[in-house]
Amino acid sequence: MILSIQNVVKRYAEHTALAGVSLEIPKGQIFGLLGPNGAGKTSLIRIINQITAPDEGQVIFDGELLQPKHVEQIGYLPEERGLYKKMKVGEQLMYLAQLKGLSRTEAQNRLKDWFIRLDIKDWWNKPVDDLSKGMQQKTQFIATVVHEPKLLILDEPFSGFDPINANMLKEEILGLKERGTTILFSTHRMESVEELCDSIALINHSQVVLTGEKEEVRNRYKKDEYAIKFSGTLSDTDDFQVVSVDDAGQSAIIKLTQADGTNKAIAALIKQVDLQEFKEVVPSFNDIFIQVVEETK
Amino acid sequence: MNKILLVIQREYLTRIQKKSFWIASLLGPILITAIYAVPIWLAMQDKEVKRIEVVDESGLFQTADLVDKEVEFKLVKKPVADLKANFAKEGYTALVHLPKDILTNGKDLKIYSEKNLSLSLKSSIERVIEKKVRAVLMKEAGIASEVYEKTQVDVGSETVTVSESGDETSSSSGGAMILAGVMGMLLYITLLLYGSQVMNGVIEEKSSRIIEVIISSIKPYQLMLGKILGVGMVGLTQFLLWIVLTIGLSQVASKFYQTSPIQQKMEQVKKADPKVAKELNDASPMAEVTKVIESTNIPLVVGGFLFYFLFGYLLYSSLFAAIGSAVESATEAQQFTFIVMLPIIAAFMMAQFTMQDPDSTMAFWASMIPFTSPINMMVRLPYGVPAWELATSMTLLVLGFLACSWISARIYRIGILMYGKKVTVKEMAKWLFYKG
Repeated sequence: MILSIQNVVKRYAEHTALAGVSLEIPKGQIFGLLGPNGAGKTSLIRIINQITAPDEGQVIFDGELLQPKHVEQIGYLPEERGLYKKMKVGEQLMYLAQLKGLSRTEAQNRLKDWFIRLDIKDWWNKPVDDLSKGMQQKTQFIATVVHEPKLLILDEPFSGFDPINANMLKEEILGLKERGTTILFSTHRMESVEELCDSIALINHSQVVLTGEKEEVRNRYKKDEYAIKFSGTLSDTDDFQVVSVDDAGQSAIIKLTQADGTNKAIAALIKQVDLQEFKEVVPSFNDIFIQVVEETK
Repeated sequence: MNKILLVIQREYLTRIQKKSFWIASLLGPILITAIYAVPIWLAMQDKEVKRIEVVDESGLFQTADLVDKEVEFKLVKKPVADLKANFAKEGYTALVHLPKDILTNGKDLKIYSEKNLSLSLKSSIERVIEKKVRAVLMKEAGIASEVYEKTQVDVGSETVTVSESGDETSSSSGGAMILAGVMGMLLYITLLLYGSQVMNGVIEEKSSRIIEVIISSIKPYQLMLGKILGVGMVGLTQFLLWIVLTIGLSQVASKFYQTSPIQQKMEQVKKADPKVAKELNDASPMAEVTKVIESTNIPLVVGGFLFYFLFGYLLYSSLFAAIGSAVESATEAQQFTFIVMLPIIAAFMMAQFTMQDPDSTMAFWASMIPFTSPINMMVRLPYGVPAWELATSMTLLVLGFLACSWISARIYRIGILMYGKKVTVKEMAKWLFYKG
């Protein structure tokens, strides 16, 4: 485990942001931190970044109690991110890299590599003011990863990215994962969860309401429903019930009466209709998210 | 510690690299020099003799009675009404009307002029008339004019301060006052200037949202401290530039002054008459400056200035930083900056009284209370201040700074993360007690 969050409580004057949150984040994974607005994600991220301290509970980072020296092993890209507008790109990144503990020469060498890699060599002396939004996002991303952190925290990293930059970011994230970086990834966009995450945790009302590996969670929310295509007339049997049929009467959703009854259901189906396609309905994370949030209201 | 140095370096370098810094650094000394040089220059230009028409209904005055260095009087015998209409057209600055009963009713003297008369011209005219009227009255009272001439003595004092050990220094009250005024003013301007620079820096970081990235690398108090120290060093650099440039410029200006025709004429006069030379020397502005420099404990004043600038600045800028952290824009900050500016303005106003009477009770307390002491103690310092008072004032200022920076750091760490909420003073007070 790179990060072990144990019973963390954070209270503000008027409300409790985190009410006893526990999470285990395994090394080398992309871990999705999900939850509606105001659920407590940002509070948790700020605690991991040591911007604020928990009122109760503790955080273990890489086997040690979280302490100030660890900021150099964590990279953080906040949702609301900014840069010093009047500073030049190169100077700015040098400053941010050195704040993360890199020496001057080390920072310079690594930044030069990144500038070559992202094909932005001629930006070094440009003031941030002159950069487009996409260019600023690249700059911010470099600032987040230049010190090669063990843990990378990305809060809604894709918001505001155009498809080309989003793709570049995705490639970089996957590359970092390959090189052993753990990525804590907070987002609302379920398609990026499906695409990138290995595990997820869902926070609602200051508590963890769902956590686990992506496929395992998905299996938990399977409803034994199958999508079929057919010709003929379909009706309920002992082995399945018809949930819905489309207007043309060519495809339908059926629900099995027994969890492992696929063979029986297929046998029953081919007696009734000419079966062309039989496919399990896998719940999307969008559906799971909505379902769990509704349930834990 | 290393990281605070990084913050200081960034704050310092980004400001030093700005054009506005260099413009202010260059314009400052030019303005300071101009404030002193322009009046001198104007005085040099304004040496044309003023012409005044005089109508004397009393019949006491002859042309010989009306003599002055800077004014040329002309006695005329025409009705006042005619002259009033024409004196300005004929090139006279003013028309003086002496009533019949000038001896008994001096207040009835009337001076007509197109523009407001300068005070010095008015008093020159009054002096000349007074002198004659007094002479006539003396004569009527039976005092011979020779006796009267003898009573015209000129008293001039030299002030000398005597220290407890009996050392005497020729002091200059006027000079001390100028020095006090200049330093009080300088502190007032710089406290406001650099304090608000710190505040704007904090607002910039908050509104551009870079703050969250920075404080995931360093502690908020480190960032605040680094910013305050960095901007403070910019202030010290600017002082240094101002001092060097002002000295340079005033050297040039005084050279120019020395080679001016008036100065050359004065030199000739000095050579001709040693007595006049001494009088002229005593009266010249340069002599006054020299006297101030001789009578002031320069290391004490310079050291005091640096100390009071530094700690006064630290105290106020930490409060400015706290305000900056609680708001999201400069306009929103205005309502709060007033709270911090109030004591600075009050201190500056008190300093005007302190300057008049540096040993009054008010001056004493104003130079002890940390919020007002930087300006007020600096104003008192050129006049001489007992060592224990200075030590107490300095200690209180350092303690005041520590208290203010503690309060500010606690507001700051919460404020920088607060968005989309109009903050009140009451709320800021609550933040003091929030946990980590």
